[in-house]
Amino acid sequence: MHFSRKSLGIPYAVFLLVFVVLPLLVLVFYAFTNGQGQFTISNFTGFFTDPNTLGTLFYSLLLAAVTTAVCLTLAYPTAYILGTSKLKSRSVIVMLFVLPMWINFSLRITALKEILTILEGNLAMYPFLNAVIGMTYDFLPFMILPLYTTISRLDGALTEAAMDLGADRTRTFLEVVLPLSLPGILSGVSMVFLPAMTNYVVLDMLYNSTYIMGSLIGSYFSAYDWHGGSMISLILLALICIFTLLTGGSEETARGGALL
Amino acid sequence: MNKTVSRTPGRTWRIVFLIALLAFLYLPILILAVYSFTTSTQIGAIRGFSLQNYVTLFTMPDLRNMILGTIVLAFGSALIATVLGTLGAIGSFYSKSRFSGAMNAINQIPVVNADVVTGFSLCILLVVVLHISKDTYFPLVAGHVTLCAPFVYLSVMPRIKQMDPSIYEAALDLGATPFRALTKIVIPQIVPGILSGFALAITLSLDDYFIATYTKPATFDTISTYVVNATKGAQTTIKTALWALSTVIFLIVVLVVLGMNIRAMRAEKAVKREHI
Repeated sequence: MHFSRKSLGIPYAVFLLVFVVLPLLVLVFYAFTNGQGQFTISNFTGFFTDPNTLGTLFYSLLLAAVTTAVCLTLAYPTAYILGTSKLKSRSVIVMLFVLPMWINFSLRITALKEILTILEGNLAMYPFLNAVIGMTYDFLPFMILPLYTTISRLDGALTEAAMDLGADRTRTFLEVVLPLSLPGILSGVSMVFLPAMTNYVVLDMLYNSTYIMGSLIGSYFSAYDWHGGSMISLILLALICIFTLLTGGSEETARGGALL
Repeated sequence: MNKTVSRTPGRTWRIVFLIALLAFLYLPILILAVYSFTTSTQIGAIRGFSLQNYVTLFTMPDLRNMILGTIVLAFGSALIATVLGTLGAIGSFYSKSRFSGAMNAINQIPVVNADVVTGFSLCILLVVVLHISKDTYFPLVAGHVTLCAPFVYLSVMPRIKQMDPSIYEAALDLGATPFRALTKIVIPQIVPGILSGFALAITLSLDDYFIATYTKPATFDTISTYVVNATKGAQTTIKTALWALSTVIFLIVVLVVLGMNIRAMRAEKAVKREHI
């Protein structure tokens, strides 16, 4: 039998077609049909005319934006301090910040919930605040890692050159360091923004009953409404596509880079 | 040089900032760890020392089954994902650019996609359209392999690209069959990529909630699905046993990371010694 290295890829190619491409095609079919299998766009128009679903979309975007902003505000200085430090043990300290991402997220949120309950008394009093704290707690390591990777690789000679040429610290930071760390920022933002729109379990566990985009899919799933759920999935997929194009599709470097 | 140091915000403030952030990340887990060794059922009221939570954790059938189930699922699907993803990356690398381009693109879909959407779409295809019962575990395993394999592919690919192609050619010239050349020459060179892909696959599977929720049998639970359901009003014995679970997992992660770091440091030292 003739053996070819190319043929090794065939099982995975078939796997991708069956378990990645086919489900998406089925999703499109279900999104644009009704229970009788007839073509309809009512799922689509329904989403954009119902104030409830539009409110969910708005709440998701707001929550994701605030969470991302908070994560970036906390992660950038951390990554900057660590990335520019000359400490020998800095890789150990970085590891401390990244380590929580390997602890099961539901257990970490459980721990956070117990502490927040002590601090706030009734969790239901501050739903939005708790959602932001929970998501920040969950996603912060994913923001720190790509930022640190980018900043630690910056050429120190460039900042020195900027200062030698008369730029003060603020200007050096704004015009040299910040633009050069942009790839890390984009990668970190996409690691936080998208999960923050969809990870409804964090909200559930912290007693925030407001829906985000992910919870809509969950509720359609519980109601066996495959058509409605497919449309939400498709809309979410479109948002993800737009977002990935805007940030240059740099997510895999962060999620996959954790162990490399 | 001194000038730049003196103008940066105080060293103390930077250390305070880092410590505060570490406290935010670790205090909840550590406080829970302390309470897991007591008879307290609530944070705040410390009672006597007790290992009861750990006894419950490892003896209660429900808890034991979901822990074992999670581990078996993670290793099983990581193994399948590693074989598929590695072979896929090798095949794709040696294929025509149009084929490998398409494969790279499709491989990217589960990576950027939300897990909710991946899980939901797999559920519709396998359960609703093809009528495969969730009780067969097929949808669950397929879901976790779909989640993990693309990351194996991504971690193996750079290793293949770094390989010196002439070694493979040399093996063929010296009379090795293509299959032998592959197993003796190609695979050993990409082992680091395969291993980190496997490890990544395990952590992804262990952490997954959404794909499992949409594809798992009703009677089966992973740690994530169990914990999430348990927080919606569970018995106190289970609640506090989960504190023990959180502590055990925390310790395992710390040990594994510590072990990896020590190994990496030793390897670094060995390299330095060779250079001297």
